[in-house]
Order: sequence, then C-alpha cells, then structure tokens
Amino acid sequence: MPELAISLRGAVKRYGEITAVDHFDLEVPMGTCVGLLGPNGAGKSTTMRLLTGQSIADEGEIVVLGFTMPDQSKMARALSGVTPQLDNLDVTLTVEQNLLVFTHLYRIPRNERKDAIERALVMAKLVDRRDTRVDKLSGGMRRRLLIARSLVHRPRLVLLDEPTVGLDPQVRQELWALIDALRTEGTTILMSTHYIEEAQRLADTVTIMSHGSAVAVGPPPELVLEHAGHEVIEVYGPPARLAEVEGEAGAAGLRTRRTGTSVSILGVDGANGWSEQGERRPANLEDVFVLLTGEEIA
Amino acid sequence: MSVTPAVARQRQLHRLERSALTGVLVREIVNFSSYWRSATFSSTVEPTIYLLAFGFGFGALVNNINGLDPVQFVATGTVATAVLFSAAFPAMFGTFVKYQFQRTYDAILAAPVDTEELVSAEALWVATRAGVYGCVPMVVAIFFGLDPSWGMLAVPLIGWLSGFGWACFGIMTAGFAKSIENFNYIVSAVLTPLFLLAGSFFPLSNFPTWLQVVANLNPLHQTVELVRAAVFGTWEWNDIARAGMLVVFGLVMWRIAIYAMTRKLID
Repeated sequence: MPELAISLRGAVKRYGEITAVDHFDLEVPMGTCVGLLGPNGAGKSTTMRLLTGQSIADEGEIVVLGFTMPDQSKMARALSGVTPQLDNLDVTLTVEQNLLVFTHLYRIPRNERKDAIERALVMAKLVDRRDTRVDKLSGGMRRRLLIARSLVHRPRLVLLDEPTVGLDPQVRQELWALIDALRTEGTTILMSTHYIEEAQRLADTVTIMSHGSAVAVGPPPELVLEHAGHEVIEVYGPPARLAEVEGEAGAAGLRTRRTGTSVSILGVDGANGWSEQGERRPANLEDVFVLLTGEEIA
Repeated sequence: MSVTPAVARQRQLHRLERSALTGVLVREIVNFSSYWRSATFSSTVEPTIYLLAFGFGFGALVNNINGLDPVQFVATGTVATAVLFSAAFPAMFGTFVKYQFQRTYDAILAAPVDTEELVSAEALWVATRAGVYGCVPMVVAIFFGLDPSWGMLAVPLIGWLSGFGWACFGIMTAGFAKSIENFNYIVSAVLTPLFLLAGSFFPLSNFPTWLQVVANLNPLHQTVELVRAAVFGTWEWNDIARAGMLVVFGLVMWRIAIYAMTRKLID
C-alpha cells in the first residue's frame, strides 16, 4: 500500500457566503507529482494554504506527511517546501542572502548551511548571480530562486502554487525541466496550475478542481480516454452552424464543447460520419478540462 | 492508502522556539544591513532636533525645570521620544508593508515558524533598535553639558523595555488596520497625546490633577521618569512600580499583537 504524503478528506473552507473548498478529497502518494488543475477561483490556492496551516479548514480532515493539520502544521512545514504563486522574495537582498535567511528559518545546522545554499544555487542555475540583488533579476530568475528557496532544506514534499504563471514560454520550459528533475529524484510534488500542458507534462496524476471540489481524478491519459475518447473532431464555422453541429452531435449521443470559434465533438473514435464536418485530432486534457469545468483555460 | 508514518521520527516542535525566533531575527538583521542608514537617520535626527529646539529654545526662557537645567531635562525626556519614534512607527508601517505588500509573512509562515514566534521576534528586534536609538539624544546632550553617569548604562535597557511594548503596540495596530491610512487615526488620537503627556518637554506637575492621573497611566511618561532616575541617580521605590508598569504594558501589547496578527495572517 503506497504511503500518502498528503491526505484531504472532506475538506471545507468557507469565507462568509463563499465556499472556496467544498468537501474536497485529495490523495498525494509519496514520490509522485500530482497536479491540481482548475480555473481561477477553483480553490487551488486555498487548498495550498490549508496544507501549510495558513488557512484552517471549517470541516474535514487534513494530514500532511503524517501530521494532522492545523495542530501539527509546524512539523509538517519543517519537512515541506512552498513556492507561492506571488513573489515574496526580499528584493533588497542578494540571491545568496535570501537563501541564507531560509536556511535559518528551516533550521539547517550551521555546518550544513553553506552546502545547502550552494546546492540551491546550482539547482536554480544562479551561481553566477549569487551576489545580485533580487530586484535586478529577471522574472524567470526570481521564479527559479523562489523554487530554490523552497528546496534549500531538502524537503520531502514540495507545494508549487502556479509555479510558471505569468512567465514567457521559454522560461516556463526551463522551470518544467527543473520540476521534472525534482520528480525524477523522488521528491513528492503537489503542483497547482491552470496550464493544461504543465499538468499533462509533469503530473503523474491530475485532480481537476471546479468550484472547490474535485470533478475528476486520474493519470492524464486515462482521464482523456475516459471523458473525451481517443479522437475529437473540431468543427469551425459561424455561430449558427456551430449550434447546429452541437444539436446533431447531442442527438447522436456525443458530447461537445465550445472553444471560442469552434465546437469540439468528443469521443468520435471510429465514427466516420463526422469526418467531413471538421478536422480530426487526438483528444487531450484540455477537452476533459473544459468538458468537466465548463470553463475555457488560459 | 496509508498516511506515511515515516516522519513520526521528526522531533516535536513547540511554541516560542529559539531557532524560529533566530530565523526571523536573522532575516531582520540581514535586511537591516540594506537600510540601516535611512532607519538610523529617521530614528535619531528627529528626536535630536526636538532636543535642540526645546532644550535651547525653552532653555533661553527658563533657568531650570524641576531643579534641572532645561537641556538636561529635555535630553532625558527626549530619550522616550526616540524610543517611541524608533519602535511604534517602524513596527506599524513595517508590519503592514510586510504582510500586505511584500507578503513576507506568508513566506515565513510557510516555514516552521508560527505567528507567535513571528510577532515576538519582530518585537524583540524593533525593541533592540529602540534601546540603541533611544540613547542618541542622551549622547548628543553630553556634548551640550549633560554629565555622564554610570546610571546612563541602564538607559538602553529602559529603552528596550519600553520599546518592546511600543513595538507590540505598532504590530497590533497594523494587525487591526484595514488600510495604511488607518494609521492616521492612531497617530493623531493616540500617539501624539501620549507623546505630549509624557513629561518630556515640560513637567506634568502644573497639569490639572485628573490629567496627571491620566499621564501616570502613560507608559511613555514612566519611560521618561525611569530614564531621569537612571541618568541623575535619583532612584526611588516607586520606580519599581514604573518598571513593573512597562513590563505589564509590554506583556499586554505582546499578547494582543499576537492575537491581531493571527487573525490577519491565518484565515
């Protein structure tokens, strides 16, 4: 039986009238990378805060690395690393000083601090920038430093909250390589994202969140197969034509999703009659996401 | 699936741990190296201007105040002003900026540090600075005729004790404030009256009795009296009560500051 790094059962978090997390269940086995995929406002960041004890659940049971939240959150945090969505580096300090501060906060023994900082600098490819003030770094470098800061104490679990949000594609690729290397080393990762490709590339398992709860859980290929089949036909045309196609597909028992200027007809595997309607392509996680959440993704 | 038991080996972490306090203090000290000039300037120049303006300005009009040379009276009183300026104000604005704009506290609280440790370490750091900066008007006054005394060595400690309470007051204010503009109410309605009712620049003995009673509840007034007792060697038994009042002020403010910041940072 695999051990769990994270276990949420029936977690509920309310802010007044709004229920940000609604009876949410999540399991993250040790040594895996789990993607928390959802549109903005789905409850991903609130879930992350619940896991660090910065939010207290109104209902449910949360266990992180064997410690019950929020009472034992301090011990869980000692063994976890958190990369926040919003940059909270000390901008007037240098790269090395930022890491130094966190070697203290994470209680790394004095004789190990230097090595820990060097390791983090190498991992983040910031060795040459160690004496550079953070406000002189590019966005990508700052993001790498944020990740390195969360790894300086070699945590067993890393929480990445939207790790590549707002970054250009090239920097995103760099960070994916970094996260992939962590995954290969066996670090347990929970990564929230609203980038489909990020989840598809990096996550062993994906939990799709919508309105605070899980609407689908599984490895990306299995989710795609289960909800969208092998192939999709993408039909382009004026709105009236798209409405007509949706009607026809519905009558034939097929599911559709709108993607702005087109309609995707899902699960058309072997249904040749639809081929002349549009372009055939492999189904993907985005099809599943939009189908289940009803929302377009960035 | 079972929840991993492997980490049960991790030792228990408790409240107010030295390593957590040290971590937050190290962050403050490292940061201080990047802005110490401006912080030192603002925390020392203003009280020194008060010393020079009131000491020499009023000094030209009166021969002595409560038996003391006006410069000596004002110099010892201004220590409390310097403590207030270097504790309450940086704590208010610094705390607000760190949680609202820089999100520094989110980063710290993701590490094994809790709000109680965060607030305590921040207050300890601000109090330490206040203890040092509080001495500046006194040191300046030595160049203008204030006689050095062994009792002056107690002034940083008095400044630290008072500064801890004022630092916690500032953190508490930031914790309850909804916006940075809210500080205007506190400065105008709380800090300015307390500053003027401290007995720094003129004796309180000429005030109406009811106002003297109110002034005696002012921690800043107790700071002024303790500093004068230390510098001039005029200790009395009631100075123990004054020190006790500063301790109580610090403890009460500390707990309220922790409550306010917990409410703010943990939802």
